[in-house]
Amino acid sequence: MSQTDVLAGLAEILEEVAGVDPSDVTPEKTFIDDLDVDSLSMVEVVVAAEEKFGVKIPDDDVKTLKTVGDAVSYIQRAGVAA
Amino acid sequence: MSTGARVLGFGTYRPVRVVTNDDLAQRVVTSDEWIRSRTGIATRRIADADETTVMMGAAAAEKALAAAGITADDVELVITATCTSPSQIPGAAPQIAHRIGANAAGALDINAGCAGFCYALSQAADTVRAGTARHVLVVATEKLSDYVDWDDRSTCILLADGAGAAVVGPGERDEIGPAVWGHDGSRPDVIRVPGHGDNLFRMEGQAVFRWAITLVPALRRICERAGVAPEELAGIVPHQANLRIIEALVNGLGAKDAVVARDVVDSGNTSAASIPLALSRLLDAGELRRGDPVLLFGFGAGLTYCGQVIRCP
Repeated sequence: MSQTDVLAGLAEILEEVAGVDPSDVTPEKTFIDDLDVDSLSMVEVVVAAEEKFGVKIPDDDVKTLKTVGDAVSYIQRAGVAA
Repeated sequence: MSTGARVLGFGTYRPVRVVTNDDLAQRVVTSDEWIRSRTGIATRRIADADETTVMMGAAAAEKALAAAGITADDVELVITATCTSPSQIPGAAPQIAHRIGANAAGALDINAGCAGFCYALSQAADTVRAGTARHVLVVATEKLSDYVDWDDRSTCILLADGAGAAVVGPGERDEIGPAVWGHDGSRPDVIRVPGHGDNLFRMEGQAVFRWAITLVPALRRICERAGVAPEELAGIVPHQANLRIIEALVNGLGAKDAVVARDVVDSGNTSAASIPLALSRLLDAGELRRGDPVLLFGFGAGLTYCGQVIRCP
């Protein structure tokens, strides 16, 4: 799946789970500070992303996903591995 | 000869003392805004020394008997759902049965953490359907404050005390739907009180949150087994752990017209007691009525979960 597709899918999830404006979802944004996604919403985003993209994102890896770009590349890599 | 089982009446006990978020902010670094946004909790009840697990359970049980229109002499089995029995040995149920004068009853405890009420209700219903007992008293009673680490700001804001009871008896039709249950026993450490000298409650909140919000398929199965579509539910009473979990489960199920229990806001997390406390509140407020189908769903330490659809008494 292309970077653009994953980014768009992630933006949809962020809008639904945390009410984030999709136009704010760009690779350099941090979830917590820039997009105001708290730790529980982040868990909801991860669960929704697992379902949407058919990947596994274990708890320990969630902590390493600071920016939207981190998440996009993680999902791309996990998607290839799957 | 009737073949069904139904809830004849509920009863509750809420401890007198109310503890606010501001009260907790005096002790640990937290704030009313932080607690409300992460958990939905505004206040919780904390029991005093004389409000023991047994005392609270007995008080709720007596109200349930009165609501059901039966006496303690009619009770043939007392099932107590608790993970905070006053002692490791003995269990709480015989003491509760003795205290209310249910002298002819059998008595046992079930420890299924926050899922305890739904498991106990399922066992009670099957016991009545099988004819083993005519009236079974289910008592969910918890004094979590005995195990709270008041310096752990991630858990002391959540936990609370209280009791709820239900009388299960025979009915013309079956009003307690089949239980749907399951567990993930590979993760015993994410909610625990180790014991053996360490009696403080510990929880890995994010791991539990993640597990809980992925239980939506179990809610669907509960509805399927009861023969009730989600949109036909009059109410949903999930375990009152955290408003964010409740909202994620309800949104996932998509039961738009159902009244959703949000007792956690005023009562915190009372483990096994939370479902009868929250359901009784909706009944007392007239938000649910006799015969209404309501989905109950308990989940927690174990990890283990259980739920069923019942008809309101």
